[in-house]
Amino acid sequence: MSNPTDLKYTASHEWVKTEADGSISVGITDHAQELLGDMVFVEAPAVGRKLKAKEECAVVESVKAAADVYAPVSGEVVAVNGDLDNSPENINSDPYGAWMFKMKPNNAADVAALLDAAAYQAHVDSEAH
Amino acid sequence: MTLKTTPLNAAHRAMGAKMVDFGGWDMPVNYGSQIDEHHRVRNDCGMFDVCHMRVVDAKGDGVRAFLRYLLANNADKITLPGKALYSAMLRPNGGVIDDLIIYFMTEQWFRIVVNAGTANKDIAWMKEQAAAHAPKLTITSRDDLAMVAIQGPNARTKVWQVLPQTKVATENLVNFQAADCGEYFVARTGYTGEDGFEVMLPKEKVDAFWYDLNKAGVKPIGLGARDTLRLEAGMNLYGQDMDETVGPLESGLAWTVDLKSERDFIGKTALLANPPSKKLVGLLLLDRGVLRGHQKVVTPHGEGEITSGTFSPTLEKSIALARVPKDVQIGDTVQVSIRDKLLNASVVKYPFARNGKAVI
Repeated sequence: MSNPTDLKYTASHEWVKTEADGSISVGITDHAQELLGDMVFVEAPAVGRKLKAKEECAVVESVKAAADVYAPVSGEVVAVNGDLDNSPENINSDPYGAWMFKMKPNNAADVAALLDAAAYQAHVDSEAH
Repeated sequence: MTLKTTPLNAAHRAMGAKMVDFGGWDMPVNYGSQIDEHHRVRNDCGMFDVCHMRVVDAKGDGVRAFLRYLLANNADKITLPGKALYSAMLRPNGGVIDDLIIYFMTEQWFRIVVNAGTANKDIAWMKEQAAAHAPKLTITSRDDLAMVAIQGPNARTKVWQVLPQTKVATENLVNFQAADCGEYFVARTGYTGEDGFEVMLPKEKVDAFWYDLNKAGVKPIGLGARDTLRLEAGMNLYGQDMDETVGPLESGLAWTVDLKSERDFIGKTALLANPPSKKLVGLLLLDRGVLRGHQKVVTPHGEGEITSGTFSPTLEKSIALARVPKDVQIGDTVQVSIRDKLLNASVVKYPFARNGKAVI
């Protein structure tokens, strides 16, 4: 699966989608879910929590391992995807549809400064060596 | 460091395996979804590359007497030809060197199968003990042999389809019994809690055997599902649930250690002198999350630690083996420290699942 070009990415393997209302949806990339394998548990941040960029804020667990999810930018959590409580496997089947939480970023410019799809792919390729 | 490979390495890659470093071996962790692989073994069958495990032959007069002294379990329990016995092998201080299976073939030949990561130290220990107590025995590492496990309710039928010449000799095997069928040594043993065979065969034949099984509809299963299957079946993993720093009585292996008979064995004196203060129990997580090795267990009798934890595909809950103070009882609720939270878990008697079904 290629990384959608309309999304932004972090070096810690989150994807970020800017919604019409200016909020951002956050999930983990196809590469991240592929590394972790079958997902069985998601712990999302509490709505209203104020996050700093790169702060640990959520956890995904596969059968194999637990992994931290980091806030891509600073801002406030405005929604979490409750569907993942019962269907964490959606992250495997549809990584770019299975958003974990939404944030209202403090600065839209922080989002614009994240990696684009090509830069993220280059980062993934560099980690493989 | 270059990873060691089994003769099936190219076959794994051709079958789409994701490969990982498993104790220095380049091994398949899954071929897609490890949960699908897990269910396939519980409900149908699957095949595992276990060529990294080591086969050792102990031969000569007095081999039974030697094993009676070498191992914590009593080799005298197996008298039916081919019958297998699971045992711990202990240091004099009672620490577990390895857990292994011995097969009684004749009074001059016992076959031993040991873990991959411990094989060299096991063989060194066996040879050292043999030199001191049974110098005429030969201890031979069978590096010429490969091993494949075929597990699941349909496993034996599939093996007979591929190796029809072994059927007569193996169809009446009881659980934990093997038959020597010339080039193929077929044992009704495994590490999944399901029926099936473990087949030892010449290395140069294993690739064809693997592909023939696959053609007969048997899918490959990775180490990921192997771990969830064995944990559901309540089987210890050496290096995780026990090692040289703990004894068998603190590792859920009291059933394999005979302390009542007159028999002397290496480690017996230490076990008698040091009654265990801890024991191995099963945990079932009541809250949401996933139990993992090394998480702290909080009980009214003191702290314990999870030795193996995972998500159980059969129960769709998280399960674990944990070493806890001996006064903790089945049915108690304990707390497990996961990140910044204390989650509730129920203390249960394991196994958690066997023969396709949940048993708790």
